[in-house]
Amino acid sequence: MSDNQPADSSRRFWLKATCVAGGVAGVATAVPFVSTFQPSERAKAAGAPVEVDIGDIRPGEKKVAEWRGKPVWILRRTPEMLASLKVTEAQVLDPNSEEHYALATPDYARNDIRARKDHQEYLVVVGICSHLGCSPSDKLAAGAQPSLPDDWSGGFLCPCHGSTFDLAGRVYQNKPANRNLDVPPYMFLTDTRIIIGKDEKGEA
Amino acid sequence: MAMKETEATGIIGWVDQRFPLLSLWKEHLSEYYAPKNFNFWYFFGSLALLVLVIQLVTGIFLVMHYKPDASLNAAELPGAFFSVEGYIMREVPWGDLIRNMHSTGASAFFIVVYLHMFRGLMYGSYRKPRELVWIFGCMIFLCLMAEAFFGYLLPWGQMSYWGAQVIVNLFSAIPLIGPDLSVWIRGDFVVGDATLNRFFAFHVIAIPLVLLGLVAAHIMALHEVGSNNPDGVEIKDKKDANGKPLDGIPFHPYYTVHDLVGVVGFLFLFSAVVFFAPEMGGYFQEANNYIPADPLKTPSHIAPVWYFTPYYSILRATTSSFIPWLWTFFAIAAVRVYLSAHSNQATKRAVRGFVAVLFLAMGVPGIVLKMIGLKALAGFSIGGAAIFMGIDAKFWGVVLMGVSVLIFFGLPWLDQSPVKSIRYRPDWHKTVYGVFVAAFLILGYLGVKAPGVWGSLPYINLDTAQTVSQLCTLLYLGFFLLMPWWSKMGTFKPVPDRVTFKAH
Repeated sequence: MSDNQPADSSRRFWLKATCVAGGVAGVATAVPFVSTFQPSERAKAAGAPVEVDIGDIRPGEKKVAEWRGKPVWILRRTPEMLASLKVTEAQVLDPNSEEHYALATPDYARNDIRARKDHQEYLVVVGICSHLGCSPSDKLAAGAQPSLPDDWSGGFLCPCHGSTFDLAGRVYQNKPANRNLDVPPYMFLTDTRIIIGKDEKGEA
Repeated sequence: MAMKETEATGIIGWVDQRFPLLSLWKEHLSEYYAPKNFNFWYFFGSLALLVLVIQLVTGIFLVMHYKPDASLNAAELPGAFFSVEGYIMREVPWGDLIRNMHSTGASAFFIVVYLHMFRGLMYGSYRKPRELVWIFGCMIFLCLMAEAFFGYLLPWGQMSYWGAQVIVNLFSAIPLIGPDLSVWIRGDFVVGDATLNRFFAFHVIAIPLVLLGLVAAHIMALHEVGSNNPDGVEIKDKKDANGKPLDGIPFHPYYTVHDLVGVVGFLFLFSAVVFFAPEMGGYFQEANNYIPADPLKTPSHIAPVWYFTPYYSILRATTSSFIPWLWTFFAIAAVRVYLSAHSNQATKRAVRGFVAVLFLAMGVPGIVLKMIGLKALAGFSIGGAAIFMGIDAKFWGVVLMGVSVLIFFGLPWLDQSPVKSIRYRPDWHKTVYGVFVAAFLILGYLGVKAPGVWGSLPYINLDTAQTVSQLCTLLYLGFFLLMPWWSKMGTFKPVPDRVTFKAH
């Protein structure tokens, strides 16, 4: 075809139509490839509630259970530990867990101790920092120590970016993390046995 | 059909009639004219290529013995962890050497590339007409970071696991789609077998393919425009009767031999590390990575490998109390650059664009709409922006970290100095460079350390290390964002017509 002649407009139409059809097919082909990245059926199926025996946790001690591949802490707080929450109340970002949480805070934990009032010494939280997903370390003892303020009231320190949490899993102000530790749904089967991932309202 | 006439005969001639062998050789080696005044800083480009080859070769051999498997074996060890620490390091003949070459190679890659980039910074090697050389280089840098990140998960130690956990969770900071996006990247609700296997695929095939393509593009773009040099003088401006640059010498044999000196020096150091200190005091291989991944327990001190720590520090420095300072700094920088732009419309447009993006991000339109009573529209704008706005320090930490890496792409346009090379800039520019390098190194140092490593500042109860990294973050960003202003200030020295060169 000579360069000087105008292009055949009907050919132009078919050229465009073919490109559009090919483009649509190309995008459609990408769908299955992109979809393979989603969690598999097996990954989705994992995540059933877990039962934990808490009879052997002494006051001031913590037990770690695994739920949905994440650590869930069960901390049995002493009266002094519970008292410290009154002090930290003014220093934490969201004392009553009123913000929006990815794992919605159950109603029974939306209070100043972030636990069921009938078993207030037991704190049950997902031990994953709301910043970037590290598991904070125990700094349960009060007092000055490395990486912590001198008036430390006891709690948890995230080793990754230095966020600190009090003994109710509430994040301190001016830290990289901006949400408290998640409270999973949980309920007491007996006084020494809890189930995590399930409460009166059903499974999470 | 008649074959084309070629100057070579024999086998070379036979090939050359079918493949542009000789012309490729000439174009890229024997008749590629490079400035004759290269100094040792010019070793690092060829050294980067050498390290790339080391990584590819050792990597191929490691894949032959490695298993991407997070499930526990009979000894209760994750399969991937055992295949590295048990099998390759202890049972495969010479496997430990190959593995240490690969892990040392990763650190060497970043040392060489950081120095290579600094060379470009000093001599203005990104300036017109070499913008694309620089941009391909920045893309290589991004690929290297991705490659290092994906590869670091594979030994499935504690640092591998928690490092990946943190970086993947960075994406969950993106408003609205973030949480789903991080699940999509992991392929599970936590870092697991699915994550390990896809990272393996990215590390051994996807990223290396892209990397090789980019390296080819980097070199092709370089050979199209020609190399810069320590004087920042264009050698193509002064040519002899044959059209060859007067100050150019053929890359081969002159610079192939020159680079061999660099290779020998490099291999001395590289071998010393591989043989005698492959862990390099915990900086090249971290102690915690000799502990198998445990999803229930983060090591008490977690830090990325040294080459990521400057950016990691910037992430950590971004707290909610720092954000107002950051906005103030951005505002001052925008005004300063705008005022110094004078009649430069491109710079003014860029500043206006920058400010518009900031306003959008801060949710200003939403606030204005709300004030004039358009609640429905305001809700739409604020809905997105409220999450952005000031409150979510995590998101800004991620953005700032991304910006600090991506800002290198803007260098060809940020630098408005009338001369390319630092040699002919005002002496105080060297101080500015020095401050930038110091800020980068301090950020890198603090990124290795635990939070609060320097205690609290007296009188004002602020974490010293955090405050210093916040200051260094501003210095780092200021170096780039204020560059359109400071880079053209001062008294510049006359640039010679020809390169300065003293025969050895």
